[in-house]
Amino acid sequence: MKEENRHTILETKGLSIGYTSKRAVTSIASNINLELHEGELVGLVGANGIGKSTLLRTLTRVQQPLKGNISIHSKILNTYNSIDLAKVLSLVLTETVASKNLSVFELVALGRQPYTNWVGNLSETDIDIVNSALAQTNIQELKHKKCYELSDGQLQKVMIARALSQDTSIIVLDEPTTHLDMYHKAYILKLLQKLTKETNKTILFSSHEIDLAIQLCDKLIVMTKDGIVTDSPKNLIQQGAFNSLFPKDLIIFDEVTGSFRVNK
Amino acid sequence: MPNTKTYKTAFLVLATLLIAFFFLNISLGSVHIPTKDIFNSLLGGALENKSWQYIIQDYRLPKAITAIIVGSGLGISGLLMQTLFRNPLAGPFVLGITSGASLGVALVIMGTSALGGIFTAVLISKWSYVLAASLGSFLVLLTVLIVSSRVRDTMAILIIGLMFGSITAAVVSVLSYFSSAEELQQYIFWGFGSLGNLQWDELKIFFAIYCIGIVFSIASIKGLNTLLLGENYAKSLGLNIKQSRLIIIIATSLLAGTITAFAGPIAFIGLAIPHITRQVFHTSNHKVLLPAVFLFGAIVMLVCDSIAQLPNTDYTLPINAITSLIGAPVVVWLLVRKKKMLF
Repeated sequence: MKEENRHTILETKGLSIGYTSKRAVTSIASNINLELHEGELVGLVGANGIGKSTLLRTLTRVQQPLKGNISIHSKILNTYNSIDLAKVLSLVLTETVASKNLSVFELVALGRQPYTNWVGNLSETDIDIVNSALAQTNIQELKHKKCYELSDGQLQKVMIARALSQDTSIIVLDEPTTHLDMYHKAYILKLLQKLTKETNKTILFSSHEIDLAIQLCDKLIVMTKDGIVTDSPKNLIQQGAFNSLFPKDLIIFDEVTGSFRVNK
Repeated sequence: MPNTKTYKTAFLVLATLLIAFFFLNISLGSVHIPTKDIFNSLLGGALENKSWQYIIQDYRLPKAITAIIVGSGLGISGLLMQTLFRNPLAGPFVLGITSGASLGVALVIMGTSALGGIFTAVLISKWSYVLAASLGSFLVLLTVLIVSSRVRDTMAILIIGLMFGSITAAVVSVLSYFSSAEELQQYIFWGFGSLGNLQWDELKIFFAIYCIGIVFSIASIKGLNTLLLGENYAKSLGLNIKQSRLIIIIATSLLAGTITAFAGPIAFIGLAIPHITRQVFHTSNHKVLLPAVFLFGAIVMLVCDSIAQLPNTDYTLPINAITSLIGAPVVVWLLVRKKKMLF
């Protein structure tokens, strides 16, 4: 397979995720072995409460794994200092930005923070990178708008542009399509696909838009109660990985169309 | 960059206004002194009228400098707090930091007699006010911060600030029951706020601490800008949140604490100045906002002081009342006009 030759960006070995509290250790999923390559669009799907967020939080070092290793560029995640990590891994979170008074340019330029000096001055290169991030996400005309003037769909594009300007080899997005209408859901995911092709970055996102993810992603991570499977959407359909995603009495996966329908 | 160029003119206008109001502030007062003599005196020349010279050099000049320090310092501490707490209503007064300082000063002025006279000799000096006020404001800010890290709701933080105000009021009334009339009067006068009480040697110390506060503020510019995205994004950009928070808190408590200590509690400047500044400078970049808030704060404070002085009369109104009379309507006007407050 051609894929095997591609450079591995993120890798997990024997990863267990979950929470440790004072009393007990709650394991959510264990023995996760992932391998994400450069230029791949990877979707993370699964039912509510299955642990998608926990997995993303663990992969992005917001919380610690219970067991196992995560490495980015063959370097163990925990050995990165925070600035170096910010140069290889950028995030698009579900939460909205704290200050809606930021202009689009200012917000996207904040992605350059790990590279700028102590007072945050933008160099010519920084400005070029910010402008190309704006161009890649088609939001040049919004450049001088304030965030409170934007629609949800526009704001999501701005947040993606900010992650792009951070110039990392991997971008992780937590449910980038929530609150968006059908058109913008497809638009955002299609944009992510385009970005992986154009920039050769690895993009990992969690989503409930399984139908769209099947159509657009190079690879899917499917989380079910029985465990985690990773493969191309086509192979996953053949394996029947989507059949056990939701309780069958209500929703059935149609292998022919690659979509879910309600069991009437 | 389109931004920096347009702001250059704004900065130039503000700087000119600051110098103009600085001279206006010095030339106005209960005694009329000819403009020529004022310039002469400021440039180091000796005046024939020795009392004029004394008024200018030992009263009006330190007062004008104090006004600049107070206005700019409170404005900047308000700006820092609005970003740190992600709340447009944050400010030294609303968050109870001024109350903390007041409580410290009340304990020093009135607590000494309530606790017995042992500490009196040590405590009764202007420096003890400064120390107590700074300590009080630092403790309140620390408490507010600990609470805000546990409670995500910003409304809760503001309520806690209000509660500190109530606690201060309660402690003051308990203390006033035990203290003498002079002590009570001393505290009430301190509560009016005053810019004109400082001698040169006190002003030097005041200015030194203020400078440290400003240095910390400048050091936190990048962190403040990153915090505009929210803490989780800031972390993902490699920002050391704990360190940035600490620097911001040290800066605000140094500024707000010492200003309250030296000039008394002064309301609304910390809250209103950053918002007025944002009306003129359409940016959230603290690299622009910080110097702009400095200029606006200094100008507004000089104007307030000129009004409080009531030119050519013997009356001096409490500065705290003037800033409230100007500041409160400004906040209301901003809310009504913009429908919502942004930071």
